[in-house]
Amino acid sequence: MEHPATHAIPRLQVRNLNLHYGHFHALINVGMDVEDRRITALIGPSGCGKSTLLRSLNRMNDLIPGVRITGEVRIDGVDIYAPGTDVCALRARTGMVFQRPNPFPLSVYDNVVFGLRVAGVRGKETLDAAVERSLRAAWLWDNLKDNLYGSALALPLDQQQRLCVARLMAIEPEVILMDEPCSALDPIATAKIEELMLELKKQYTIIIVTHNMQQAARMSDHAGCMLLGEMIEFDGTQRMFTNPRDERTQDYISGRYG
Amino acid sequence: MRLPAKHTQRLAVLILGGATALTLCVLLFIIFVVLKTGLPVVNLHFLLDNPRDMGRAGGIFPTFVGTFLLPLVAIAFALPLGVGTAVYLTEYTRETRITHIIRFGTDCLAGIPSIIFGLFGFIFFVVSLGMGWSLLSGGLTLAIMVLPTIIRTSEEAIRAVPYAYREVSFALGATRWETVLKVVLPNALPGIVTGVMLSIGRSIGETAAVIFTAGSSLRLPRSVFDSVRTMAVHFYILAREGISNENAYGTAAVLVITVLLVNMATYWLMHTFIARRAR
Repeated sequence: MEHPATHAIPRLQVRNLNLHYGHFHALINVGMDVEDRRITALIGPSGCGKSTLLRSLNRMNDLIPGVRITGEVRIDGVDIYAPGTDVCALRARTGMVFQRPNPFPLSVYDNVVFGLRVAGVRGKETLDAAVERSLRAAWLWDNLKDNLYGSALALPLDQQQRLCVARLMAIEPEVILMDEPCSALDPIATAKIEELMLELKKQYTIIIVTHNMQQAARMSDHAGCMLLGEMIEFDGTQRMFTNPRDERTQDYISGRYG
Repeated sequence: MRLPAKHTQRLAVLILGGATALTLCVLLFIIFVVLKTGLPVVNLHFLLDNPRDMGRAGGIFPTFVGTFLLPLVAIAFALPLGVGTAVYLTEYTRETRITHIIRFGTDCLAGIPSIIFGLFGFIFFVVSLGMGWSLLSGGLTLAIMVLPTIIRTSEEAIRAVPYAYREVSFALGATRWETVLKVVLPNALPGIVTGVMLSIGRSIGETAAVIFTAGSSLRLPRSVFDSVRTMAVHFYILAREGISNENAYGTAAVLVITVLLVNMATYWLMHTFIARRAR
């Protein structure tokens, strides 16, 4: 609504995506359009392939032995599976937040600048500025500005998870992939992360995998429901949760299986 | 029949505690005997003077230097090779027949008696490559000898680094090499250092592999192509040839203290390093 111009062109398009782990067909002809500066939720019972789909979007699945992937994933119209794609650059553009907060056993500062240092950014002023900007974006600056050189592992879990978000902010990705980012957190910490996501949505395209139906319903603009490797329904969240087209979506949302 | 839990518990504590105490006692007893026999001849002159009359008189300074230099040369070769192999085996290949063969090979290497390494080093480095009895020949031989230890401990240390760290590093756009360099190795460092420490300990105490390759010159080496004598070799020669039992035990005492100091220094380094990394 705030960005009518971007409404027409999807930021990220998935077409006929098939993924095999050995003989297991984990993703079957998956397709979806993800809009810019929106939150898109992927829901579905455990093992349905939503995390696999998420990890196909930054090619993290490439790391698993025996994976075969066919089909297209386009970000801004460019196929990320095209030969000659710089996978590292791709991953820096599509930041990922994992299920468990996973800061490095380093100081807060070194965690935030990790991606920048890998990208070859040097210079204390530049890094200092990036740390402040990133921590502010993840709402951690006020908590941590006096403790930048303390261990990241000493932080409470929700701050660790927000530090992981800050670590992404530092490398300025375009798309943020979140793989059940709140599953290790209590409800209060979850609320903080969700609030942060709504703020981030103003600048970033967010795709989140969640097991929490309420979370999907209150946070996301679009939702995709997956089952046994297929995208059985992809629609506006409001519409899917009030009037699902597919009976199986209805069953899942209402808690009949999952 | 089953003993009451209280008794089995007490029995277990007794047996396990006894085993620990016994081990410690043996260690302390050995150190006590060596120091008691050796320390009377140890003084500053013994440490800093050159030996005279084949070691019958004078000090042990050149062997002291040799004892430090030889492991240094060995580690300089073995560390990059060993850690490199460990990184290759853990990060760059999947488990295949070839990695099994490599691992089997290193395990076999670890089981070879050190005298065999000495003979190999003599034939290959000293004679065939014409390096002569030298710091370099000895260092290279010791490097081959400690390589399995370094590979194994490094491999284990690298495997113990949580996969999540690698995952995040990749997800932030790092290449495999950057991940190894910035995430895997720093986190595996304490384990790698432990392997290096064990290797230094073995090198310092080694005689068979050294005597054939580094020789037993009592002069101070001026380059890596000069022969050196380590304290362990010095002790061996003094005792075996019956040159001087007093000086032999004096050398042994210095050797034991050196090994203890090296271990303590390494532990201290490791602890301060870990403390600095993750406060």
